[in-house]
Amino acid sequence: MIEIKNIHKNFGTQTVLNDVSAVFDNGKTNLIIGQSGAGKTVLLKCIVGLLAPDKGKVLYDGRNVVTFGKKERLMLRREMGMLFQNAALFDSMSVLENVMFPLEMFSDKSYDEKLKRARFCLERVNMIEAQDKSPEELSGGMQKRAAIARAIALEPKYLFCDEPNSGLDPKTSLIIDELIHDITKEYNITTIVNTHDMNSVMGIGDHIIFLANGEISWEGNKEEILHTNSKQLNDFLFSSEILRRVASEKI
Amino acid sequence: MLFIKSINTFGSYLMLMSRVLTKPESWKMFSRQFLRDIYQLGINSIPIVLLISFFIGAVICIQMKLNIESAWMPKFVVGYATREILILEFSSSMMCLILAGKVGSNITSEIGTMRVTQQIDAMEIMGVNSANFLILPKISALVGMIPILVIFSIAAGIVGAYAIGYVTQMMTAEDLTVGLQYEFHQWYIWCSVIKSLFFAFIIASVAAFYGYRVEGGSIEVGKASTDSVVSCSVLILFADIVLTQLLMQ
Repeated sequence: MIEIKNIHKNFGTQTVLNDVSAVFDNGKTNLIIGQSGAGKTVLLKCIVGLLAPDKGKVLYDGRNVVTFGKKERLMLRREMGMLFQNAALFDSMSVLENVMFPLEMFSDKSYDEKLKRARFCLERVNMIEAQDKSPEELSGGMQKRAAIARAIALEPKYLFCDEPNSGLDPKTSLIIDELIHDITKEYNITTIVNTHDMNSVMGIGDHIIFLANGEISWEGNKEEILHTNSKQLNDFLFSSEILRRVASEKI
Repeated sequence: MLFIKSINTFGSYLMLMSRVLTKPESWKMFSRQFLRDIYQLGINSIPIVLLISFFIGAVICIQMKLNIESAWMPKFVVGYATREILILEFSSSMMCLILAGKVGSNITSEIGTMRVTQQIDAMEIMGVNSANFLILPKISALVGMIPILVIFSIAAGIVGAYAIGYVTQMMTAEDLTVGLQYEFHQWYIWCSVIKSLFFAFIIASVAAFYGYRVEGGSIEVGKASTDSVVSCSVLILFADIVLTQLLMQ
């Protein structure tokens, strides 16, 4: 479980996050949604420790990361997996080598065991056939799947996904969403997904927080979000006429 | 303002180096990167080093012949001067200036691209010391390979001098050989190698520093590459003065 308490973050005179508090349970796909510039990425960076909040606490199963020293932070990061917006696969390595990378760096297991684990992860995301390919030979969706395999290689307790559907077609987006959701349930991981993809919100949003102007404007789940009275959230969710019609028919 | 900016930049460089110059987290991964960098930065530079040194050796020989030939000068002086220029300055300092362009921009653009495509962030999230993992093998590889490149450069320059002497018949191989062997000091070779070790460290570390701190996109990567080559060149020239003064006294 990850808990954030009263997070504040300013860049100069601009307040990006203002007193943000939330609890992200394990075994649930937690979504952070909001318009561009709402502070989603800054919040995610504060949670994973790439940015230090000006005020507040980030608790990983009760451990406050903000007060962690360098070594403790490094140890914690080995419990994390992250899927980046552009997959961020190492382009000097093959797909298999990418998945092997965290295992080679930190696992004490024998080479055969590491290889077995890497292949298992690739099989889990249906990428075993592409294990010898280099990242530039893969489509966007395949790169994301390979990045998920790399993220789960060390059996993380926490999984972070920054705009996992960015640049993908709707069908591939669904595959990635389902994969993230299934892996979260399967391994009982605390997953936080930063997105503004409505399919993800309706499909895998076990717990959703809506950020607006650096504050949590709404919190709930995928069932509750359709019945919200929040004008700000409705304006964000149903920004197009088609979406408004579809939503009203479904409701 | 410029002074404060320079102090800030130097401070950032020292902080990065404090992360780079630590024990690798995995020796296996370090050696894999090291071998890759030996090939990419060292072996791949051999053809350009040989080519440039061959032609510069030939040109130095022609210039010496044309400019210092007189009835008062013994014929072997051409070979002697060619050797001294090659060993003392060209094969260490000038060759490293050329390598600052080739290898330096390569290192900056590689690391800079990794930065803007979030590959470095991915390493950091995993708990990998990305500075150590990416930069230490490059510094080690270039420092390890540079003496070999210097020796190759000296040899290619001498071959170039013989070749031009033979092709133009401007001097005999015997005269050139006598000049090349005249008053030979082994220490000069060591000076050249020692200087090149410092230059190699400058090239790899400064170029990596510029790449590592890139922010933005491809335009910034290109700008960082240019800046790194300029900085490496200036630092090499400055270090050349200091090292030459220290080593040749």
